Amino acid sequence: MYEQDNEELLVIKGLHKEYNDLIVLKGIDLKIKKGEVVVILGPSGCGKSTLLRCINGLEKIQGGDIRYKNESIVSKDVNLQDIRQQIGMVFQSYDLFPHMTVIENILLGPLKVQKRNKKEAMEQACELLDRVGLLDRQDSYPRQLSGGQKQRIAIVRALCMNPEIMLFDEVTASLDPEMVREVLDVILGLTKQGMTMIIVTHEMNFARSVADRIIFMDEGDICETSEEPEEFFTNPKTERAKHFLNIFQY
Amino acid sequence: MQNLGIKVLFQGMNLQRLIQGLGVTGRIAFTSIIIGSIFGMLLGIVWTSKSKIIKFLCRLYLEVFRIIPILVWLFIMYFGVTTALNVDLSGETVAIIVFTLWGIAEMADIVRGSLESLPRHQIESGKAIGLSNLGLYRYILIPQAARRMLPGAINLATRMIKTTSLVVLIGVVDVIKVGQQIIELSRIEVPTASFWVYGFVFILYFIICYPLSKLSKKLEAKWSD
Amino acid sequence: MNLNWDFIIESLHLYGEAALTTFRLGFWGILFSLFIGVICSIILYFNIKGLGKIVKIYVELSRNTPLLIQLFFLYFGLTKVGIVLSEEACAIIGLSFLGGSYMTEAFRSGLEAVGVTQIESGLSIGLSKLQLARYIIFPQAISVSMPSLGANCIFLLKETSIVGAIAVMDLMNITKNLIGMYYQTYESLFMLVVSYLIMILPLSFFLTWLERKVRYAEFGN
Repeated sequence: MYEQDNEELLVIKGLHKEYNDLIVLKGIDLKIKKGEVVVILGPSGCGKSTLLRCINGLEKIQGGDIRYKNESIVSKDVNLQDIRQQIGMVFQSYDLFPHMTVIENILLGPLKVQKRNKKEAMEQACELLDRVGLLDRQDSYPRQLSGGQKQRIAIVRALCMNPEIMLFDEVTASLDPEMVREVLDVILGLTKQGMTMIIVTHEMNFARSVADRIIFMDEGDICETSEEPEEFFTNPKTERAKHFLNIFQY
Repeated sequence: MQNLGIKVLFQGMNLQRLIQGLGVTGRIAFTSIIIGSIFGMLLGIVWTSKSKIIKFLCRLYLEVFRIIPILVWLFIMYFGVTTALNVDLSGETVAIIVFTLWGIAEMADIVRGSLESLPRHQIESGKAIGLSNLGLYRYILIPQAARRMLPGAINLATRMIKTTSLVVLIGVVDVIKVGQQIIELSRIEVPTASFWVYGFVFILYFIICYPLSKLSKKLEAKWSD
Repeated sequence: MNLNWDFIIESLHLYGEAALTTFRLGFWGILFSLFIGVICSIILYFNIKGLGKIVKIYVELSRNTPLLIQLFFLYFGLTKVGIVLSEEACAIIGLSFLGGSYMTEAFRSGLEAVGVTQIESGLSIGLSKLQLARYIIFPQAISVSMPSLGANCIFLLKETSIVGAIAVMDLMNITKNLIGMYYQTYESLFMLVVSYLIMILPLSFFLTWLERKVRYAEFGN
């Protein structure tokens, strides 16, 4: 049963995923505890993004189980809408809704899905916007914002649903270099508040400083898990991780 | 008997006459599409000129045909221009003139659109290897633009073919008029004649236009990347 | 060319009435076309079983045949097999049959232009399918298809010129009658063109304005 102490928020067992005949995830096992920050690393096409998408129920899976608070999110009678409110996700391409202002983007979920009180939701949205330094942009349209600003708004949009866990899918990958920092700072701020997070990224230094645990994936499988990020970066155990890390060094 | 109504199509010379009517329709469509395409291409090239006046005149010419319905143009030409110039033009000639003028305008717009959609560096690299203006069009721009304009041009042809149906309204004996004559003649003998004849003409147009629009869609999909 | 202004003034009310008829037919035709377009494009977009094929056949039949034949078939053809329709009803049905397929294509391309990531993004904040359609998919699709929808409206209003062929007392028939009865050719044609300009130009400007207003989706996110 679901325990309050030392709880495992998310348990993935033998997750198997394939597109047509291509096997993308080969039986992934993973447990995420409350408050943990897990960074997933790996070369392109290793299945790390697919893993995140499966956790948010955006992909059909062919085998295994994903349990959130001990409830399977892959069973037929699960209410995915409920689960998704508790699992926030931020995408690489921001994907703000272009026809809505910043504040409308943020409040869509809280008001229409969670049916919360407008005043209270608005207060929370403003507080979050203030925290990411964009309070003055609440009436702007996404097209008027820079990439970094859009991504910070996308994070606020997910946070305003009060999720228990946040998934970040290469959120800095399509940003100009000078904007990466402002987005990473926001995520760093979240770690300090004890938010549970799974982060897929290529920012090695960032991974090193925020991760409680590093997971290295390759070819649809977890190759290496390390509770000591420093250790992983300086002295990886597997050849594949070594090879991968070498690419990032000049 | 409704089931036997279809026999009206095969009585006597009926089928042959309908096909002959279709020939008139085809002649009008074919002539205007060919002349319209040739002059439309030339005008399209002229349209890409830098001169604001030329651009404006071309746009005006196109809009005049776009805003006023083609049937109104047929009326203007058939009743108005013939009276004004005191010439006696047959419905068929009037139709060819109007469709050609319309075809030129639309074709020019297609050509202009595809020429302007070509990346600038194509022109620059053409000039860089010393091509003259004529050579630039002949070897670089037109071959590339041709691909982009073909789907639109085929679409235009389909539209023109469909619009030829209007010529019956200015007295041309086209496939529809022949159909009406047949219906008139067999009114007593085959009361449901109009159902079958108009149904047949409907299918005739479909058989001609459907492959063309399919082709245009295919080319568009194939060349879109 | 001197126009006989007395004649023009005398025939003004005739053109006024005819223009109203044309406009009324165009209005209903466009309205029903939009309605058919929305329904059919939704059927195609969500690939609703069985109906998708029927919609596809309808679109092809409607787009690849002339309105004039569609009208003759409805008005003369169907009467003979027992379905009797008034001229105006026929005209509206014909226009809607034709316009419906154009609107279907316009809406469908709008729906297809809504990115998968937009939909996933909506799902990830817990929107239901209905909410997703209402708040994310439809507003963006309408914005994208606005230019083609506008062009279709103009197209349909122009196509109303053809309904005179089935004895509706529209602008074309009035013109033809006046030319036939009084030989006032230039005046009648002049009034005809002016009537169409009065109807089409404002609509055209209005649509251009509307297009600018709802253009947000084109600017990406």
